[in-house]
Amino acid sequence: MLSRRTLAGAVLLAFAFATPASAQNTVKIGTVLSVTGPAAFLGEPEEKTIKMYTDKINAEGGIKGKKIELVSYDDGGDANKARTFATRLVEEDKVVAVLGGSTTGTTLAMIPVFEEAKIPFISFGGAIEIVEPVRKFVYKTPHTDKMACQKIFEDMRLRKITKIGIISSTDGFGKSMREQCLKVAKEGGVEFVADETHGPRDADVTPQLTKIKNTPGLQGLVHTGFGQHGAVVTRNVRQIGLQVPFYQNHGVASKSYIELSGEAANGVRLPAAALLLAEKLADNDPQKPVVVAYKQVYEKTANQPVSTFGGHAYDGFFILIEAMKRANSLDPQKINAEIEKTKGFIGTAGIVNMSPTDHLGLDLTAFKMLEIRNGDWVEVKAGS
Amino acid sequence: MAEFLQFLFSGLTVGAVYAMVALGFTLIYNASDVVNFAQGEFVMIGGMVTVFAAAAGLPLPLAAVLAVLIAVAVGLLLHALAIEPARGASAVTLIIITIGASIFLRGVAQVLFDRQAHGLPAFSGDAPIRFMGAAVLPQSLWVLGGAVATFLLLYLFLDRTLLGKAVLATAANRLAARLVGINTRTVMALAFGASAAIGAVAGILITPITLTSYDAGTLLALKGFAAAMLGGMGSPFGAVLGGLLLGLFESFSAGYVSSTYKDAVAFVTILLVLFAMPSGLLGRRAVERV
Repeated sequence: MLSRRTLAGAVLLAFAFATPASAQNTVKIGTVLSVTGPAAFLGEPEEKTIKMYTDKINAEGGIKGKKIELVSYDDGGDANKARTFATRLVEEDKVVAVLGGSTTGTTLAMIPVFEEAKIPFISFGGAIEIVEPVRKFVYKTPHTDKMACQKIFEDMRLRKITKIGIISSTDGFGKSMREQCLKVAKEGGVEFVADETHGPRDADVTPQLTKIKNTPGLQGLVHTGFGQHGAVVTRNVRQIGLQVPFYQNHGVASKSYIELSGEAANGVRLPAAALLLAEKLADNDPQKPVVVAYKQVYEKTANQPVSTFGGHAYDGFFILIEAMKRANSLDPQKINAEIEKTKGFIGTAGIVNMSPTDHLGLDLTAFKMLEIRNGDWVEVKAGS
Repeated sequence: MAEFLQFLFSGLTVGAVYAMVALGFTLIYNASDVVNFAQGEFVMIGGMVTVFAAAAGLPLPLAAVLAVLIAVAVGLLLHALAIEPARGASAVTLIIITIGASIFLRGVAQVLFDRQAHGLPAFSGDAPIRFMGAAVLPQSLWVLGGAVATFLLLYLFLDRTLLGKAVLATAANRLAARLVGINTRTVMALAFGASAAIGAVAGILITPITLTSYDAGTLLALKGFAAAMLGGMGSPFGAVLGGLLLGLFESFSAGYVSSTYKDAVAFVTILLVLFAMPSGLLGRRAVERV
């Protein structure tokens, strides 16, 4: 009897000693990404990017001698699961910071957990609600949907387009961007004359587009909604012969969007990050070395074309790593304070200048207005 | 008028997709009283295998044939490994098994293939056909033609061949069917194989329009099931009718009412129909077998 109790005690002791011993040499960073499920096209490149650079940093000796230990969870795009994993990261894994939330939905579900636990959380979700109002421990790296709307309207204004239609996906991102576009329409100098929606997996959206096409005075069209399904909308626009200038959004910005849309993609404009241009950027562009290096590393390791989504993870990861180096501490609060002080960080999305009132740190110059020509991205001057 | 026609064509295209999925449900239901929720995965397999075989260098027709063969193999395996060992279990148990199989197939697909969306080149070009102001994709005609051909073949098979009658007999009363010398196990396997083939053909035809991905089957199975219920479970004609009606409901409500409520309008209509006619528009009147 005694021996069993002794044994149990020994095991307990062993654990008690083992845990702090390993904790001294590693630093735990959590990720909750949508690696499977409908948002997998976001989560997959994000996870690959983070793993890739974690391995690289660990191979080079870690952060000030401490190896990074990733604790990764896949929420499958489900906000409920994301929240469960968030709680697990805080209570069981005891991570010092968290990257992720591939989508706005999963991010919003996780925010309360990390705010309460006072753990810095850098999201890759698109919508502005993540950082507005500013929450002390929540950051995000992708441009907001509001900025995308502003960039599109800026281009429209210069092309003298004022009466426009909007078709938005009913997914979280599509809905949120639609609201932001409607909100900034007035100051952007445009007026919405048609407003339609489509399901994120609809096989055909020609009825909605036909309705928009028949709206009198229509001069332009915007689509909000993320994912490769944007290709179906693009093809339908061409199918019914809708001739007005058509703007997609940064949520569809990947090479596969062009491939899936085929001919129909030509002439489509969209605001997107410098990463899509990479080698085609001007030589004096400060982002060029960063995005070209990331593109080459990613394409070599992951064996697939780079996407801006992986780029968001790259930005978040390095903002965190640099903050951890500056903080020189494993205290989440100190790391958080350093993330907030990020200045002049050159990422794939733009140059990041955080402040206590701005947890995104990007401005409109971070967006480039791109047009698809002959199956490739071309930067266009606003209004041309 | 142009507007109306555009809605009509859109509804028919989408409806034909639902109809083909519903036909797959019908065949298995007729043979075994099981609603096979892995039906959407057959559609996905058809599309994905074709995409990947074509990408590997196979000519499109050959890739399509390969996809159908693989889907049939999966269908037969599903029957042999999951349904057959549980024979004698209640229909509900078997339905739950098919839900499990659907999740399993989706998981395998995302490991074997990938998690991206894929398309196929349209069979006869991308240039839309203009018809009285409306624009139809040639591929839509392929989908519609595919649905009609599948329906005719299935109808002729069930109604005009001895084997088809054996399928219906098995559904009506398995014990009696066995007593008159029908090999019910073969009939069931046949139903799963043929149903997988129907699903795969649908998947190949629609991929140029709707794109496909490892999880494309889930929503299609749901809509196809709704279509089959609307038309009357077990009736091939009902499946086609239900599918087309569902597609038309969606497209006309998106066009004339509001795109925000289009799914709601479609499903509320189905609910109303089922309140009035619980066995669907053309279903067998429910007879409780004792």
